Amino acid sequence: MNIEEIKKKLSDELTAADRSEMIEAAKVAFLGKKGHITSALAGLKSVSGEERKTLGQAINALKREAEALFEDKLSQLRELEEKALIEAAPVYDLSLPVGEKSGSLHPITLVSRECEAIFASMGFTIEEYSEITDDYNCFEALNIPKDHPARDMQDTYYLENGQLLKTHTSAAQNTIMRKYGANLEKGMPIRAIFPGRCFRNEATDACHENTFFQMEGVMVDRDISISNLIYFMKTMLSEVFERDVKVRLRPGFFPFVEPGFELDISCAICGGEGCPSCKNSGWLELCPCGMIHPNVLTAGGIDPEKYTGFAFGLGLTRLAMMKYGIKDIRDFNSGKLSNLTQFVH
Amino acid sequence: MLVSMNWINDFVDLTNEDIPALIKRFTLATAEVEDIIYKGSDVKGVVVGKILTCEAHPNSKKLHLLTVDKGDEVVNVVCGAPNARAGITVALACDGGMVGGKPINKVTLAGYESCGMCCSEAELGLSTDHTGIIELPDSYKAGTPIEEVFPLNDIIFEVDNKSLTNRPDLWGHYGIAREFSALTGKPLKAIPTVNIGDFTSLPELSIKSTDEMLYRYVAVTAENITANIAPAYMRVRLFYCGLRSINLLADLTNYVMLELGQPMHAFDGRKVKSIEVKRFENPFEFTTLDGQKRNIENTNLMICTDNEPSAVAGVMGGLDSEIADDTTSLLLESACFDAAAIRRTSVKLGLRTDASARYEKSLDPENSLTAALRFIKLLVDICPETKITSRFTDLYLKKFDIPVITFDKPYIDRYTGIDIPSETIVKTLTSLGFDVKQSGDSFFVTVPSWRATKDVSIKADLVEEVTRVYGYDNFPIITARSPLFPVKPSVSKSDEHTIKDILARRFKLHEVHSYVWYDDKENKELKINPAPNLRVINAQTFDHSTLRSSMTPSLLYFINDNKNYASEFGIFEIGQVVKGIKDGKANEQKYLGIVITSRDKNDEAVIYKARDIADVLIRATRGISPEFINIKPEESYSHPKNTSEIFADGVAVGTIGIIHPTVKTAIDKKAHIAYLELNLIELAALATTKQSYNETSSYPGIDFDLTIPAASGTKYSDIKKAWTDNAPEHLKSVNLIDIYGEDDKNITVRMSFVSAERNLTMEEVSAHVNTITSRLSEMGIEIRK
Repeated sequence: MNIEEIKKKLSDELTAADRSEMIEAAKVAFLGKKGHITSALAGLKSVSGEERKTLGQAINALKREAEALFEDKLSQLRELEEKALIEAAPVYDLSLPVGEKSGSLHPITLVSRECEAIFASMGFTIEEYSEITDDYNCFEALNIPKDHPARDMQDTYYLENGQLLKTHTSAAQNTIMRKYGANLEKGMPIRAIFPGRCFRNEATDACHENTFFQMEGVMVDRDISISNLIYFMKTMLSEVFERDVKVRLRPGFFPFVEPGFELDISCAICGGEGCPSCKNSGWLELCPCGMIHPNVLTAGGIDPEKYTGFAFGLGLTRLAMMKYGIKDIRDFNSGKLSNLTQFVH
Repeated sequence: MLVSMNWINDFVDLTNEDIPALIKRFTLATAEVEDIIYKGSDVKGVVVGKILTCEAHPNSKKLHLLTVDKGDEVVNVVCGAPNARAGITVALACDGGMVGGKPINKVTLAGYESCGMCCSEAELGLSTDHTGIIELPDSYKAGTPIEEVFPLNDIIFEVDNKSLTNRPDLWGHYGIAREFSALTGKPLKAIPTVNIGDFTSLPELSIKSTDEMLYRYVAVTAENITANIAPAYMRVRLFYCGLRSINLLADLTNYVMLELGQPMHAFDGRKVKSIEVKRFENPFEFTTLDGQKRNIENTNLMICTDNEPSAVAGVMGGLDSEIADDTTSLLLESACFDAAAIRRTSVKLGLRTDASARYEKSLDPENSLTAALRFIKLLVDICPETKITSRFTDLYLKKFDIPVITFDKPYIDRYTGIDIPSETIVKTLTSLGFDVKQSGDSFFVTVPSWRATKDVSIKADLVEEVTRVYGYDNFPIITARSPLFPVKPSVSKSDEHTIKDILARRFKLHEVHSYVWYDDKENKELKINPAPNLRVINAQTFDHSTLRSSMTPSLLYFINDNKNYASEFGIFEIGQVVKGIKDGKANEQKYLGIVITSRDKNDEAVIYKARDIADVLIRATRGISPEFINIKPEESYSHPKNTSEIFADGVAVGTIGIIHPTVKTAIDKKAHIAYLELNLIELAALATTKQSYNETSSYPGIDFDLTIPAASGTKYSDIKKAWTDNAPEHLKSVNLIDIYGEDDKNITVRMSFVSAERNLTMEEVSAHVNTITSRLSEMGIEIRK
C-alpha cells in the first residue's frame, strides 16, 4: 500500500469505528509489528537517495498523525462507552437485609474481657485455674476451718473422689501466692486476676444459679493498704460502667480477709437518690473484698509481717446482669439463642 | 435481727442524735441494716376510755352500742368486739384520730352514730391478737394518751443476720448499744442486775456434767411467782423485735435473750429441780415443746433431771417441763454450749431456733451469769412477791483464753495507708470494751470476753476495729506504689481470645455457656450414651450428677432446644471437661466444643465447614496446618464412618465428625449436624511455628492444571505425597481447583512453578509434571492425557 492508500484506509477506519475495541484493532493493523505504516517504513530500504528521505519524513509524519488520531478517537469512544455503562448501571439497594447474621459472644466473655483488659493495663496477670479443686484450696487455705459457719453459706458440690467443685474463685488464691510469692523478695508485687466458673449447690431461680462466674483479684506487696484497694476497685468499676462510679466499703465477714468488706457502688438507676432497684439505699452491693488474712498469706508461703495485700471476688455474672440489664440469672446458661445472639460486640 | 431504738436508749443516751443518720453509720461501721421501720406513726388520737354502758344493737347480733368516757366527754361507739362490756377500760381511737394509717371519723353504723373505735392489740400494732378489744388495767385514767400506756413510738431497724455471723456479741441489744456508744462517744450504761452476793446463803442446786460440749451452766430457782403477764413495754418490744408474747416467764427469757444475746430456758420448777447435762448412748424419741417428736442420738447434748431428758441443749426445751399457765416456780437455765455441737444438732434435727442461731455463733460464757442476774432483777422488779430459793449455782467447765494482742502504730499505718492518730486508736478500742495500754508506738490490747470467743485474736482483727469506727469513707483513694512489669497473657488465654473472635466474627457462630454435668434425661431423649464418669455426690437431682467428659452432648442439648432458631447455625463453648480420674484427682481438661447444624445443606457441607474451622483455628493459633485421620469413634453421638482425629505436629489435639444418624434423628430428622472438639491445653503446649517470609520471585511463573482420578476410598492426603514428598524444584504451590464425581472423584489441582532466578521454560515444567505423574502412576493412579 502506498502512503495515499494508507491515509485513505486510515481515514475510513477511523470514521467507521464506533467501539474502542475497533480502534485498538486498527492500531495494531497500522502501527503493529506488521502494520501498514510499519511495513511502509520497512519498505524504505528499497528506496534510495532523496526520495527515501522525503518519503521517510512523510511516513513518519503519517505515523505521528495516526498515533494522535487513534488516541483522540480512542478517548472519545471510551468516554461514550463509560457514559453508556453508567447509564445502564442499576442502583443497588444497600438497605436490603444482610444475608447472614453476625456471630455472638457470651455476655460473660464480654464483661470478663473488659475487666481483664483494665487489670492487665494496670499490671495484673490473668490466671487460669481448674474448676475442680479440693477442700484445702477452697476452704482450709482460706482460713475456713471445718465446722465454720462460713461453710454454711456455701453449699458445696462434692465429688466421688473427695474433690469438689470450687465455690468461689478465691480457691485460686493459694495457688497464685505460691506461683508468684518468691518474686516478692525481688521487689516484684503479686498482681493477679482470675476469672472463672463457680458452683453452689442450691436451687435455681431468677436470682440464684448453681453455676456462675466470679473474678478473683489479688495484690500483695509491702504496704498495700485499704486506700489502694478502694483505688483499684473504683478505677476498674468506673471503666466497666463508663462513668465515675462512687464506691463505699462496709464491714463484711469473710474468713479469708481481715478487715473484710462488702463493696457497694452508687446505684446507676437512681444516681444514688434511692429507688426500688437499690432498696432505696442509693447503693448496690457488688463484691466482697478485704485485706488478705494473715493466715491466708502464711498458707500461701508469704510472711504477713512483711507483706500486706488485698483480694476481691467480683461477681462477673452479677456485673453482666447490671451492665446489660439482664433480670434472670438463668438466661446465662440457658443456651437460648434468641437472647444470647444479641451480644455481638 | 430486729433492733429497737427505745431499747438501745436504755443503755446509751442518744437524745439529740440524728437517729436515721446514726443507723446509716451503723451499716458502714458495723453490720448491714436492711430496713428501718417507724413504729407508731400510723396511730394518732388514741386514748384510754372507760365503757360506761353496753347494750346489744337492735338490728345486729354482733354489734354493741356503747357509751365510753374518754376523759373530756362521753361518746357513743358502735363496737363489734365479743368482749365489749360495761366497766372495762379500753383503748379508744377518737374521731379525727388514726389507726393503722386509716383515719377514724364519726360514722353511722347500722343506723347508729359511732364517734370512735375501741381497738384490738392488732389494730394498734402491738401484737397479732385480733380476737377482741384491749382490756387495760382499771388504774389508767380515762383520757390518758395511749402512748403513756404502750410505748408505741419506736424506730425499729433490721440487721442482716449474715453480717452478724462473726459477732456473737451483736445478737442482743446491749452489744448493739455498745457499738452506738463507740460511734457517738456517748457512754454505755451498766446493765442493771441483782447482786450475786445477796443470794450466797441460799442452798446450792445440783448441776452435774462432764461433757466437753458444755462450757458453763448457771441455774437459779424461784417460787411464788404470782404475776403471769409481762409488762406492756416488754410485750411491745418483744413484738416489735419479732417475738410473740406467751407468758411472763417465757417472755422474760426471750427479753433477756434479745437484750444480752444469751438464750435462756425456764423450766417448770415443779418438774425440774436438779440438772444433769449429758449425752445418751442409745437413740430415743423426745418431744420438744412445739409438740414434735425428735430422734435424739448420742451426738445430741441433753439437759436432764433425774436422768429424764428435759431439753435439747441449746436448741429447744421439752414439752413436759414447759412453763404452764399455772406455773409459779421455775428453774432458770443460762448456759453456754459448744458452737459446732449445737450447729450439728440443729442441722440434724432440722430445727433452727433463736437459741441455736445464737449458740452456733460461739457465745461468751462470761455472759451466762450476767444474764441470769439480769433475769432475776427483771423478775423481782415485775413481781416483788417472788421468792428466790437457791443461790446462783454455776458449773463453769471451759473458759476461753483471753488474748492480749501487741502491735505498733506502723503496723496499723501500712494497712491503712494513712495516719490514724494514736489517741484515736486508744479511744476507739476502749469504747468497744478493749483494755488498751500504750507505751510509745506500742499498744497492748486485752480483748473483752465477748469478742474473744473466736472473733478477735490477732493484730489484723484490731485493724478492723480501728478502721471501721474511723470510717472507710474517710480513707483517701490512692494507687499503689508498687513497680510495674510487662504482663503477657498466657498462650492458652490468648488462644481463647483468638478462637472466640474467629468463631464469632469469621464463622458467625454463637458462644454459649452450659453446665459441667450431663443431663441424663436429655441424654436419654437424644440417645446419647456417655461412658460413666466422675460424679457429683450431692447434686440437686441425680440426673445432673455425671461430670461431662466431652463438650458435644451439652451443645447438642442446645441445638435441640434451638432447632427452630434458624435453618442453619452453629454454637460453641470453651469450658472444662473431666476425662476420668488420674492419680485420684479429676483429670480436668480445657476444651473448645463446636456444633454446627444445617437443614439446607448436607452432611458433606457441614463436616467440611467444621474441618475449615479447625484448620483456621489451628493455623491462627499455632501456625500449624492440622491433619485429619479417620478413626472409629468412641462416643455414641459420633458417626461410625465420618469421625476423625485431628493432629497438629503429630499430636492429637481434637476430634471432628458428623453426628450419629440416631442422635441426629432424635434432634431433627432434616438437620445435618457436625461437631468439633479441640483440647486447648494440648494445643497451647505445642510450639508455635515461627512466622517466616520469602521474597516473591520477580520472574513469571507457569501454572499447570492436573486432573487426578481418585477412586472411592483413596485419600487426598495419600495422593499429595506425589508432590509433597521429595517435592520437585520450582513447585511453589498446589491449589485445589475442582472436585467432581460422586464416589470415584476427579480432583483438579493447579500446580504453580516459579524460579527465583530466571524464567522457567515450558520444557522444565513438563519435566516436573512428568515426575509427579509417574509417581502417581506408581501409586496406581493414571492421569488421562
